[in-house]
Parts: sequence; structure tokens; C-alpha cells
Amino acid sequence: MKNAIRISCSRANLKTVRDFVSDYLAVYHLSELHVNQIVLAVDEVVANLIIHANAENETQFLQLKLAMEDHMFGIEIEDDSKESYQPSSFREPDLLEHIRLGKKGGVGMALVNRIMDRVEFSSSGNHNVCRLYKKVI
Amino acid sequence: MKITQQTTAHTLTLSLDGELDASSSVILDTELTKSEVLNHQKVLIDCQRLNYISSAGLGVFISHLQRFQDANVKLVFFNMQEKVHNVFEILGLDTLMTIVPSESEATAI
Repeated sequence: MKNAIRISCSRANLKTVRDFVSDYLAVYHLSELHVNQIVLAVDEVVANLIIHANAENETQFLQLKLAMEDHMFGIEIEDDSKESYQPSSFREPDLLEHIRLGKKGGVGMALVNRIMDRVEFSSSGNHNVCRLYKKVI
Repeated sequence: MKITQQTTAHTLTLSLDGELDASSSVILDTELTKSEVLNHQKVLIDCQRLNYISSAGLGVFISHLQRFQDANVKLVFFNMQEKVHNVFEILGLDTLMTIVPSESEATAI
């Protein structure tokens, strides 16, 4: 079972990432709903890294590594962008305000935080690591 | 993402086929941005073949909702798969948007 993948920073690779995560989870016989939630959380973080942190620069790469230990799913996503996400900047979205202003973005990390049990971001120089964990039955 | 359109007297139905993510959602945004969309009383979104939606897809609907409301155009979703509906629920969007089980219910609104 493949548990690591390296992709260039292109939106076209989001589908590759989703398939990679759902293929990895297939052997654990989780419900379709739970698989979709985990795939979604990973997709959101990877999309942010591709579009915002790496400005869709296809010469930049993301490294993804998956693990399942004691019913705990974990993923590690590494990149080398100068722009690192600061979790302290997160604000719960006010959806009525988003609708009123016609905002397109700003709800992805809310999905990630609500789906996953643990969300961690760390940086050392230009090297950034995001780790997501979720207990699965 | 493939979008099929069907128009009747007062209703535009968009059938979504595929996955709405940060890559494909621009296609939907282009369709909803067209000014003639607001000529209809209702825009129905058939989600039967919508297999996946991320925040980018949700963002497209969020960004057009006020414009639709201002133009008195109803936006109604139907035939939504449970896993897609769950994403609306996680954010609380299911209470802010009109989602019904079937096409007949969508038409009746």
C-alpha cells in the first residue's frame, strides 16, 4: 500500500491527492462519509499550500505521508515555501457576513478544524510541516 | 466537472457531474456569473452526479447567494448525495441554503 506521494504545486494535482488518500483508506472499511471527510480535510490543506503558500509554482513540491496507528489516521504534509500558515490567524467564519459580502474563500480551514481531531502546523526556516490526525473506528 | 443546462419558462436547471474542487469550481463560477442566469425565477442545482465538493465549490455558491436574493431568484439544490450534504452540514450551510430531496420538491418551491 502506497503511503507517500510527492506532487508539484498545481491545482490539477488535487484529484491525485484525493485518490491517494481514499485509496490508502480503502482497506480500513470506513464509512463513505468518514472517508470523504478525511479526504476533504487533506484537500483543503493541500489546496491552501498549492494556491496561497506556493502561488501555484509548479517547480515547488509537496510531500505527503500517511499512517494509521491504533485507529488513529495521520497525515504529514511538507513544503518549502516562505509563506507559512499561522494557526493563530484563524477566525471562525461568519457565514452570513460571507454571503452578504459575496466572499468566495475563507471557510476551508474551518472545515479542517471541525473534521480533524488534531491540526498542527510547524516551521523551521522555509521548511513547513502540517500534521492532521483523526481517530477512526 | 461537467455542467448540463436545461431551461424552462421560469427555471434554469444546472446538473453537476463530477467533483467541485479548487481546480474545477471556476467552471461553475463562470456559469453562475452569466447575467442571463438572473432572468429566471429559480435556479435548480441537480446534485445527483456531484460526487465531491470542497470549500472552493461551496464558496462559489456562497458568493452568488446574495446576488440571487437581490434579484429575487431562488437557488435550490436537490438530489444531493449524503456525503456532499454532510459537507454543507459541517459548515452550517444546510440551514442557510435551500436543499430538498427531489426534483419534484425543488420544482414545487
